[in-house]
Amino acid sequence: SSQYFLSFSTQQRIEIHKLRQGDNLILGFSIGGGIDQDPTQNPFSEDKTDKGIYVTRVTEGGPAEVAGLQIGDKIMQVNGWDMTMVTHDQARKRLTKRNEEVVRLLVTRQSLQKAVQQSMMS
Amino acid sequence: KIETLKVTVDFLKVPLGLKKPPLKEALAAVPGPGRSKPLGLERHKSRRSDNMDNESQYSGYSYKSGHSRSSRKHRDRRDRHRSKSRDGSRGDKSVTIQAPGEPLLDNESTRGDERDDNWGETTTVVTGTSEHSISHDDITRITKDMEDSAHLDCSRHLGVALGVALALLAFLTPLAFMLLPQLLWREELEPCGTPCEGLFISVAFKLLILLLGGWALFFRRPKAFFPRVFVFRALLMVLVFLLVVSYWLFYGVRILDSRDRNYQGVVQYAVSLVDALLFVHYLAVVLLELRQLQPQFTLKAVRSADGASRFYNVGHLSIQRAAVWILENYYHDFPVYNPALLNLPKSVLSKKMSGFKVYSLGEENSTNNSTGQSRAVIAAAARRRDNSHNEYYYEEAEHERRVRKRRARLVVAVEEAFTHIKRLQEEDQKNPREIMDPREAAQAIFASMARAMQKYLRTTKQQPYHTMESILQHLEFCITHDMTPKVRGAFLERYLTAGPTIQYHKDRWLAKQWTLVSEEPVTNGLKDGVVFVLKRQDFSLVVSTKKIPFFKLSEEFVDPKSHKFIMRLQSETSV
Repeated sequence: SSQYFLSFSTQQRIEIHKLRQGDNLILGFSIGGGIDQDPTQNPFSEDKTDKGIYVTRVTEGGPAEVAGLQIGDKIMQVNGWDMTMVTHDQARKRLTKRNEEVVRLLVTRQSLQKAVQQSMMS
Repeated sequence: KIETLKVTVDFLKVPLGLKKPPLKEALAAVPGPGRSKPLGLERHKSRRSDNMDNESQYSGYSYKSGHSRSSRKHRDRRDRHRSKSRDGSRGDKSVTIQAPGEPLLDNESTRGDERDDNWGETTTVVTGTSEHSISHDDITRITKDMEDSAHLDCSRHLGVALGVALALLAFLTPLAFMLLPQLLWREELEPCGTPCEGLFISVAFKLLILLLGGWALFFRRPKAFFPRVFVFRALLMVLVFLLVVSYWLFYGVRILDSRDRNYQGVVQYAVSLVDALLFVHYLAVVLLELRQLQPQFTLKAVRSADGASRFYNVGHLSIQRAAVWILENYYHDFPVYNPALLNLPKSVLSKKMSGFKVYSLGEENSTNNSTGQSRAVIAAAARRRDNSHNEYYYEEAEHERRVRKRRARLVVAVEEAFTHIKRLQEEDQKNPREIMDPREAAQAIFASMARAMQKYLRTTKQQPYHTMESILQHLEFCITHDMTPKVRGAFLERYLTAGPTIQYHKDRWLAKQWTLVSEEPVTNGLKDGVVFVLKRQDFSLVVSTKKIPFFKLSEEFVDPKSHKFIMRLQSETSV
């Protein structure tokens, strides 16, 4: 018998409420990628030429985790701003605007679903 | 080991310097492992006669081969006559190329062999294989005649004589031009001072240069006899002839008849002829030597028997010259042709022989039945499961192992044998009876390695190529030049790998047997796609031509300051 896995991507809308820590507003995750970065080092991307922004870490209990952001998500938009063709620094800046308390992200997530288990009769 | 030392001691006991007993007898007298059979000596002789018996394959133009440098003009004309009268054979032309020293058998056999009635005139043209079989004694006699006596072939001498005559004519003409007025009408000549003397000196030196240049270019030992006229040489001879004749014409009309008084003009006329001859010589250098140097074609030479192949780069050459070039390289590039190595082992082949037998029931029909039968046999044989590849594989593996074992024994034996000898140093005090020259030293240590050597050669099927005498000579050679055991590498390399043909004895060269087979006339230049074959009795070399590709090199300028680099970034920022 053989098992099949189905890989597909879903788009999620995630709303993160920033947490105030001292003078800073933090979101509770880390990003990697950007058009000025090396896409082949990205462990989360399907296509190794993809220079988009990916979530590389999610702090436990942080606002991002609470909102449902998962590690490996690709961030497509932040508050309507496109994030697929930005440099790393530009992405950081768009996420950490001082006057914004809430950021709404559009992310793409890869999922694997176990398909129906089939048994091949020989 | 004791026995080998005993052998050495026995040899030393033999009175050296007087009369050395032949090695065979000495070895026969010594008991033990020192005995070695003469390695294929008798077989070697018989093989030679086998080769000689079939050596009579000629083609139409072959007896014309043979030529030294000079004029082909005469033969060119004869060739043209001949080729016009014989134009059926436009297809495969085959001509023989021979090494110098041996005119073809037909010319010699008019003298030597009384049985050949058909070889009457020297202008005989023989096509196809001759039916005569000449015995071994006749062959040895004929070859001895050919190798010892000088060339008696008329056409060759004619060619050489013509060339020399033309050269002399060209050389002496300027001198004649200058001397004739002095001899004939000396009193009427105007005196000519310094300019004439300068011209005399220049003529003298130019003639000397011409002499040396002509000698360097034309008068060399021929390395091969070409079947056809060498087109460029013929052209040059014609050119020189025309030049000299036209100069004489003008000289006769303008100077001799009218008794020109201006001696300086006459001398300048002679100098201009010498200059023209120097330029013709320059042309000869370019046409005969320089043009072929720049590589234009790649020739692939493949040996038909075992597939050994090499690539060579040549310039613009005619097919016959390219053939000689290939042969020269063949003798030092290709491993020697060893027919014993080509066949599948008998055990493998014998299995294949037992195939299907087809019995026909009923009456015998015509050929339809037989072709049907053979097709049935082939189809059945193809369908049957054939395990002979298995046999072949195991046989090969076994053979490899055997060869390696024998080789190891040989290496050890040789290494040990060499330790018995030491070069005589000045400080060693030995009485003269114990001092040996290289030959004796070689004989002394040969006995201990002879058996291992013989077994190894037999396993690698090389024993026809190395007689005992040749091994002894090689051993002597190695001993003379280096005494440390390192030399066993040099001594053995000759036997461990099959070397090029030129390394072996002259009898193995068979250099006089090559035939050039070509679809195009052999004086044509090489072109892309030309194929010609150099045939020998036992195999042939198929040579194909390919033009060297035309390279289009484009240039790209790189500013040295433009080499700049950045780090590969993989930042991770927490937000």
